[in-house]
Amino acid sequence: MNKHHLNHLRELESESIYVIREVAAQFERPVLLFSGGKDSIVITHLARKAFYPAKLPFPLLHIDTGHNFQETLDYRDDLVKKIGAQLIVGLVQESIDKGKAVEESGYNASRNVLQTITLLDTIEKYKFDAAMGGARRDEEKARAKERFFSHRDEFGQWDPKNQRPELWNIFNGKKNMGEHFRVFPISNWTEMDVWQYILLENIEMPSLYFTHQREVFCRDGVWLATAPFMKLKNTEKAEIKTVRCRTIGDITCTGVTLSEANTLEEIIGEIAATRVTERGGRADDKRSDAAMEDRKREGYF
Amino acid sequence: MSFSNNGYLDMELLRFTTAGSVDDGKSTLIGRLLYDSKSIFEDQLEAVKRASIQKGNDYINLALLTDGLRSEREQGITIDVAYRYFATPKRKFIIADTPGHVQYTRNMVTGASTANAAIILIDARNGVIEQTLRHTFIATLLQIPHLVVCINKMDLVDFKEEVFETIKKSFSTFASVVDINDVRFVPISALKGDNVVDESQNMPWYKEGTLMSILESIPIENDYNFTDARFPVQYVIRPLTDEHHDYRGYAGRVAGGIFADGDTVTVLPSGIKTKIKSIDLFETKLNEAFPPMSVSLSLEDDIDISRGDMIIKPDSMPTISQDIEATICWMNQKPLRIGGKYNLMHTTRDIKCIVKEVLYKINVNTLAQITDDKDVGLNSIAKIKLKTTKPLIFDTYKKNRVTGSLILIDEATNETVGVGMIG
Repeated sequence: MNKHHLNHLRELESESIYVIREVAAQFERPVLLFSGGKDSIVITHLARKAFYPAKLPFPLLHIDTGHNFQETLDYRDDLVKKIGAQLIVGLVQESIDKGKAVEESGYNASRNVLQTITLLDTIEKYKFDAAMGGARRDEEKARAKERFFSHRDEFGQWDPKNQRPELWNIFNGKKNMGEHFRVFPISNWTEMDVWQYILLENIEMPSLYFTHQREVFCRDGVWLATAPFMKLKNTEKAEIKTVRCRTIGDITCTGVTLSEANTLEEIIGEIAATRVTERGGRADDKRSDAAMEDRKREGYF
Repeated sequence: MSFSNNGYLDMELLRFTTAGSVDDGKSTLIGRLLYDSKSIFEDQLEAVKRASIQKGNDYINLALLTDGLRSEREQGITIDVAYRYFATPKRKFIIADTPGHVQYTRNMVTGASTANAAIILIDARNGVIEQTLRHTFIATLLQIPHLVVCINKMDLVDFKEEVFETIKKSFSTFASVVDINDVRFVPISALKGDNVVDESQNMPWYKEGTLMSILESIPIENDYNFTDARFPVQYVIRPLTDEHHDYRGYAGRVAGGIFADGDTVTVLPSGIKTKIKSIDLFETKLNEAFPPMSVSLSLEDDIDISRGDMIIKPDSMPTISQDIEATICWMNQKPLRIGGKYNLMHTTRDIKCIVKEVLYKINVNTLAQITDDKDVGLNSIAKIKLKTTKPLIFDTYKKNRVTGSLILIDEATNETVGVGMIG
C-alpha cells in the first residue's frame, strides 16, 4: 500500500481542521458551541490542533438550560482553564425571566426547545457571525442534508430547500448584514468515528460517559436520570441502576443506557454491538417524525 | 458489524455518489446496502416498517430509509444531496445520495465533487438511456476516478446474462467517447438483494464480485495527485505568547504532491524561495505532508505570506494567469450574465472576476457542443472564459481537483451561483 495514505480517522480529522481554520479565516466573530457532550469535546480538541501553538481564536459558548449534570459543568470549567479558552455562558433561565421563553409544563417538560431562543439572543448580543457546533449528518435524517457552512437568515432560520451548493472544499461564508452561519466541522463523522478518535487521541472525557451508579426511572422505554425538576408519574419508580450516558444534553431528555462499559475500548465495543441509534434515547426527537427538521428551521442547532 | 479494534482504527475512507433516474431503484439500492451491511439500527427499521405498512407496501420499503425532509416524504422524491454513512470491517463509506431528476444536475455535480467512485444505475429493462449518458458525463466531467455501473432489476429480466452483456456493450461504446479510466459492471437486484452485499444465487454466470466487495476493494490510494506539490495558505498562526514569541506557522491542507522537512519551496505569487523548517500538527513534528493532510508549515526565512498565497515546490510550477477557461455548471435560477462581475473563490483565494465569453454550451444528453444558444441557466453546463482582477494560481482540473476547481458567487445575494472546472 502507498505509504502516503491517511486512514479514515486522520482523513476526517484533516477535513474538520480545514473547516475550522476556514471559519477563523472567513468570519470576524466566530464562536464554538460547547455543550459538554462528546461531539463538542472533539471539536474543541480539533480546534486546538488547528491553531496550535496559538490559543483558540474564538470563545466557547455554552447554552446552559440550567438542567445540567453537575459533571458536565465541572468538566467544562476544567477544560476552559486547561486550554486557556474564553467561555461565554448563555442562560436559558435568563430568557425565561425576561419573558422571552415560556417554560413547558407537564411530565415531559423540557428546556431543550427553549435553548434556541437563548442561542439566537446570545448570537445577537455578541454579534457572532458564525457558530460552530458538533452536529453530525449521521445523527438524524434532517441533518443528512445540512451543509458544513449552513446559512441562516436574519431570524436564524434554516431553509432546507434553498441551501447553497457546497462543492469540493470550497466554503462560501459570504453573508449580508444580520445574517450568520452555523458551521458543522464534524458533519462527516459517525458516532463510531467520534469514539474511535477519542481513543486514538486519548482525549479526556467526562465521567458520565463511563459506567456509574445512578438513580433512574423508565419512561416510554427510555431510562432517564432523576433530578429535582423532574416529575415522576405514579406508575414510574426511581431505582438505582448501573448506567452510562450515550449522549449528554439537557438532563430532562437525555436517556441513559444500562451499561458496564468502563473504558473507551469497552464503549466502542458496546457501540459496535448496539442496535439502536444514539438519538433513540433522545425524547426530543420522538415528538414527531419531522421533529428535528422543525426545530432546525426555527434556528435550533 | 464484525469488529476488531485495531482494524477499525486503520480503515480507509471511500466517498461515493449514486446516480440513477427516478425509477431506477436508487433509494432501494442504498437502503439495501445499509440494511444488508447491518448499518440500520432497530429504531430506524421500526420507523420504516411502520411507514411501509401505512403506505400499503407489501414489503419493507427500504427507499423510505433515505427520505429526509418532510416535503420529500410528502412528494415521494429526493430534493437535495443527502449524505449517508456506513462501515464494513474493511472500509468506512460516505454516500452522497443525489436525486436523479433532469432539473437536479446541480445536485449530481455537488455529490460528484468529492467522490472517489460513482455508482451509475441502469434499469435492466430499459438499458442505456439518455439519463445514463448524462450521469456518466457528469461523473467524468467531475473526474470521479472510478465508475461502477449497476444493472438493476435483473429479477425482472429473469436474471438473463444476455441482457447484462448487451447493456454492458452499449455502455462501453458510449464510454469510449468520454474519459473514463476505471469502469466495472455488476448485475444486481436491489429489491431482492442479489449481488448487492450477498452473492446472487440466481446469476451463477457472473463471477466478478458483489457491489459491496467492489466498493471494499477499489484501489483509492492513488486518487490524489502526489506529483505536483501544492499548499494553499489558509491561515497564518501567530501565537504572540512569551513561549512562542517568534513562531509563525502557515496553516493549510496539502492539495498536491509531497512536502518534506528541509525541502526547497517557492512562495507564490512573490516567487521567493526558501526552505521548510518544520511541518507541524499540534505537538507532533512530521517528516512529510501529503494530500489531504491539514498541517502547519514553518519556513527558514521571514517572508511576508498571507492567506491565498500558495507554497509549491519549484520542480512543478502551476499556471499563473488572469485569463481562465473553465467548464462551469450553473447552479442558480438567475442565469449567467456575460460581462457580469462575480466573486470567485478558488482554494483559499477570494477575488473578483468578469465573465468574458461563453464559448459553447454542452448538451448533457448527447455531449454535443451548442454554439448558437449561449444562455447559461440553471443546470446548464458550458465552457466559458473568465478574467480575474488579480492573477490566479491554478492547475487544470484534470491535473488536480483542488487547485483546478472554483466557485462563482453573486455579488448581491452572496449565493453560490456557478461552479467551475479549469481547463
